[in-house]
Amino acid sequence: MILYILCLVLFCVGLYCILRKRNIIKIIVGIIIAEYAVNLFFVLVGYRMEGRSPIYASDADILNMVDALPQAVVLTSIVIGLATTALLVALAMRIYGKYGTFDITKIRELRG
Amino acid sequence: MTPEAQIIPFFVIIPLAGAFVTALVGKRLKALPDILGVMSTVGLLALSLVSVQLVRLSGVLVYSVGAWRPPVGIGMVLDGLASFMLVTVNVVAAIVVLFSVDYMKRFTSKWQFYSLFLLMLAGMNGVVVTGDLFNLFVFLEIASVASYALVAFGTEKQELEAAFKYAVMGTVASLFVLLGIVFLYSFTSTLNMADMALVLAAKGPSHIVLLVSVLFLMGFGLKAALVPFHAWLPDAHPSAPAPISAMLSGVLIKSLGVYALCRIFYNVIGMTPAVSSLFLFLGALSMVIGVFLAIGQWDLKRLLAYHSISQIGYVVLGLGLATPLGILGGLFHLFNHSVFKSLLFLNSGSLEHATGTRDLRKMGGLMQRMPVTGTTSLVASMSIAGIPPFNGFWSKLIIIIAAVEARRFGYAFWAVLASLLTLASFTKVMKYAFLGALRDKGRALAEAPVFMRCAMILLALICIGGGALLAPGIRDVFLTRAADVVLQGLRYGTEVFKRVG
Repeated sequence: MILYILCLVLFCVGLYCILRKRNIIKIIVGIIIAEYAVNLFFVLVGYRMEGRSPIYASDADILNMVDALPQAVVLTSIVIGLATTALLVALAMRIYGKYGTFDITKIRELRG
Repeated sequence: MTPEAQIIPFFVIIPLAGAFVTALVGKRLKALPDILGVMSTVGLLALSLVSVQLVRLSGVLVYSVGAWRPPVGIGMVLDGLASFMLVTVNVVAAIVVLFSVDYMKRFTSKWQFYSLFLLMLAGMNGVVVTGDLFNLFVFLEIASVASYALVAFGTEKQELEAAFKYAVMGTVASLFVLLGIVFLYSFTSTLNMADMALVLAAKGPSHIVLLVSVLFLMGFGLKAALVPFHAWLPDAHPSAPAPISAMLSGVLIKSLGVYALCRIFYNVIGMTPAVSSLFLFLGALSMVIGVFLAIGQWDLKRLLAYHSISQIGYVVLGLGLATPLGILGGLFHLFNHSVFKSLLFLNSGSLEHATGTRDLRKMGGLMQRMPVTGTTSLVASMSIAGIPPFNGFWSKLIIIIAAVEARRFGYAFWAVLASLLTLASFTKVMKYAFLGALRDKGRALAEAPVFMRCAMILLALICIGGGALLAPGIRDVFLTRAADVVLQGLRYGTEVFKRVG
């Protein structure tokens, strides 16, 4: 149970970063943290204490196995996270080139 | 798996292959991106029309990816709702590509545009045809990431700012969706949507489902730009190049937001009265707040973006009524909105192409110089404002009648009020942009190039003829079938597994 709560804390740290930080880079870091928290939670859902890998063999009797599906699926999700992060960092670099700052309170051309 | 089901993966393969080939050789062969873009989108349009016919003949079609049968493997499902959405997405995509052939000449790297555009289209089609919840998330992200890049396509100050805002909000929305999927997986031990519907129906209501509903409502609500989550849309949609604004407002928020909400809440989780009244409330809120914010705008594209929020409110209101007529009206309005809103954004692109500004105060009298843009814009404005006999009138009428029938008089009143305010707002657009005296610098203006004109005329014709979809013979094929899928609710699971065979 404590693991799940720590996971939630990590997610909240990420969300706090996204909502409260003024620096674009810190916002991106917040997104990464929140993303990792969700991925970690997904892996934890399939985890069994002292479990083994679910490989079928005729001589081994499988009693307590780890669910392999979340692990496979989380890999995809990590790759998607990589793409998003790369795009966000690229945007941040171009924004720095145009505005000369990472501070979102100074990057406010759009309003209304 | 029946032989007809072989058509389903092509909705993803064609745009994905088009994007790949364009990225590979588009830089060297200048003419290729245009030709490939038009050919693949027109091909997709033809395929989606075929899919409507297939669904009519043989009911639900299920394709098992890699011959692994669902629920073990990933399934792709083509039913009435999916084929309805495919037609909507691909009609707009094909016409928008036609428009881009001329419009995108002012940007240096056209091939990058087409590559991203087709990638986004692949994501949207994938979201619509997939029958697997995690697969839905993957396609959702493909479409979203491509759209973030497309919003920033001009790489000017405002575009970058809007794209960053949109990307952050969109990523947070995707995280909520993923979290919801994780909870559902841990509860049901399956990711297949049909299987999940069966398991959830067997398990009955629980707190987990409630939590998941909230997470999905936040995640997909953000993608659909419903009112408490709408802040990114008025920045992102105007900043993109006009064809992309047309795609984003026209179909992206619908296929990623409204369609996913509708599919998951009606067919997988099961609609409860609480969620349905939440739909009604959010719908009415978006409808009214969107239109109030729109009235004061002077930037044409920003005004249109606020109207998108308002019109999405109508769609969600119709779906939230959960009566056959309400759902039919909501889906019909979804189709109509994607047609007239993309037309309006293409008009704004045409105006920007000619005058170089989006500020209504700097235009005036353009009807004389740009008759095609002016007339099509008039048609679209009357459609969105709900004036008979254009398509927007019929769908709004159905939604309002459905609200009255369901004895939701308050919501019916708000729908009528929002419609009147929409009319007021578009009267302003027509007055400032097209009517009145021609300004001095307007005298040299010319009408848009031929492909742009074709695209606008085609969409205007759909606006005029859209009401015909309600005619008895056509309605049963197209709209009623989509509404039936929504109405069948959790029987979706058994229907799909009947066809896996």
